[in-house]
Amino acid sequence: MSSSPSLNTWSDALSGFSIGWFPLGLVIVAVIPLVFIALYALTYGVYGERKISAFMQDRLGPMEVGFWGILQTLADILKLLQKEDIVPTAADKFLFVIGPGILFVGSFLAFAVLPFGPAFIGADLNVGLFYAVGIVAIEVVGILAAGWGSNNKWALYGAVRSVAQIVSYEIPASIALLCAAMLAGTLSMQQITVMQTGPGGFMHWFLFNNPIAWLPFLIYFISSLAETNRAPFDIPEAESELVAGYFTEYSGMKFAVIFLAEYGSMFMVSAVLAVAFLGGWASPLPNIGGLHLNDMTSGPAWGAFWIIMKGFFFIFVQMWLRWTLPRLRVDQLMYLCWKVLTPFALIAFVLTAVWEIYR
Amino acid sequence: MSEYFSNIKTGATTIATGMGITLKHFFNAIKRKGDTGIDDADYFRQVDGLCTLQYPKEAIPTPPHGRYRLYVNIDDCIGCCQCERACPVECITIETIKTTADDLAVCGKTSGGQQKRMWVPVFDIDTAKCMTCGICQSVCPTDCIYHTPVADFSEFNVKNMLYHFGNLSKIEAEAKKKKLAEQQAQAAKEKAAAGAAGAPAAKPAPKPAPKPAPQQKEGEA
Repeated sequence: MSSSPSLNTWSDALSGFSIGWFPLGLVIVAVIPLVFIALYALTYGVYGERKISAFMQDRLGPMEVGFWGILQTLADILKLLQKEDIVPTAADKFLFVIGPGILFVGSFLAFAVLPFGPAFIGADLNVGLFYAVGIVAIEVVGILAAGWGSNNKWALYGAVRSVAQIVSYEIPASIALLCAAMLAGTLSMQQITVMQTGPGGFMHWFLFNNPIAWLPFLIYFISSLAETNRAPFDIPEAESELVAGYFTEYSGMKFAVIFLAEYGSMFMVSAVLAVAFLGGWASPLPNIGGLHLNDMTSGPAWGAFWIIMKGFFFIFVQMWLRWTLPRLRVDQLMYLCWKVLTPFALIAFVLTAVWEIYR
Repeated sequence: MSEYFSNIKTGATTIATGMGITLKHFFNAIKRKGDTGIDDADYFRQVDGLCTLQYPKEAIPTPPHGRYRLYVNIDDCIGCCQCERACPVECITIETIKTTADDLAVCGKTSGGQQKRMWVPVFDIDTAKCMTCGICQSVCPTDCIYHTPVADFSEFNVKNMLYHFGNLSKIEAEAKKKKLAEQQAQAAKEKAAAGAAGAPAAKPAPKPAPKPAPQQKEGEA
């Protein structure tokens, strides 16, 4: 492993940096993912999704603000900033205000264990994967607070559906990630990634170096769609039924924060998928003979590039699915979770264990 | 049990098919649907590519025989007011002044060669009301009111939807009215004098007045 000596060097150096008593380096470590979420949500998340959806529906999408509508998101942000920040009279003010906060913090905290390349990770926990799965579940509390606090029938329905859905889908998702943890023999996000690096590029990824991983990979991907409330599992915010689901009553910047949290967790689950099965920051290019493509495309900066690209690819697949599939009914959603994904996840779990013993 | 697995299989295959279709559309986004009209043989063959028309910048041209915004070629209008009476939504308002004998040459002829006998100081069409039925066009004896292919004439102020086609300014109209009134007074006096003398005075107009309606209108004015 050529890159292992430099593992976490950047983030370690940053976290050791402080001015007097003030740990400025730690703040910077925390700010980097925040800035990343904001930038990516602004460009790829909103503008990209609008364009991709438009192209899939034979439309042009935003075209007016800037060249090919590229400044459309900035115009939207300006609009949201100017909007009145309404707290309904009948709402539970505390829950209403704290809801978006918990939502965003929940999705943002998971970025702490996300390795942005071999040299940078917020916190290289030895239970990183477990932490990521667990901390994302905090979002449920935020959704419930927002939906209940709004004192609105649609918001409450959306929140209840969302909680039921996320809690249910945690199970197949966790079992599927457990398969990856078994293959790696560790829960640390960095170590899982390191296990998948090598001169063969993509051939070392768990998805390709054993015959079973495609099953937990698919199961985790499907469950992650449900956990982030993306189509076809967007029943918590089903536009045609519930207006906007649990954030029906939100306006202005609170609405923007909820959206930011949603895009943050979209990237989070995509990155976790990439780390668990597709080698995280590992380069997909193999060394072919004398051509050392893998060595050339490895390193801290390349690592950041690869994991972000892998995350973006799965976000593209999420968008692609969103504009392809109709929304599931609540009973179909539960059927898929409990009767299809969970049994298959258990089968995958057993098969992975057998593979690990006898390979 | 077999139904369970066949359900999963159906789910997987239909999702794959659907995603294939969306991806095809996504990659076809580099193409634009052509602008062949419905009468073109290739119309139904152009299924690939973006179909958005960025309206104010791009537009399918309205056909040359399109019947949209009304236009009045006021030089040809003889002030018969048939369109005003025919209009089902009463969107046309016309005021006319009879032309005095010495002004006939100034008033001129229509392009068809017909002598105009009416000044038309007011010819207003409220295009906001107009429903483009085309009845005014069909009743016009000189074909001077007609629909044009101009389809987009929206305005921010509804008052701008009132189109003025009259060809006399207010001052001119006042002058013409005054002149006519004087001449009529003169004629009435002469008539009275002639009636007293027992000899009918020769009328200045060589032909009978074309329509009775404008005279009623004139009486109002």
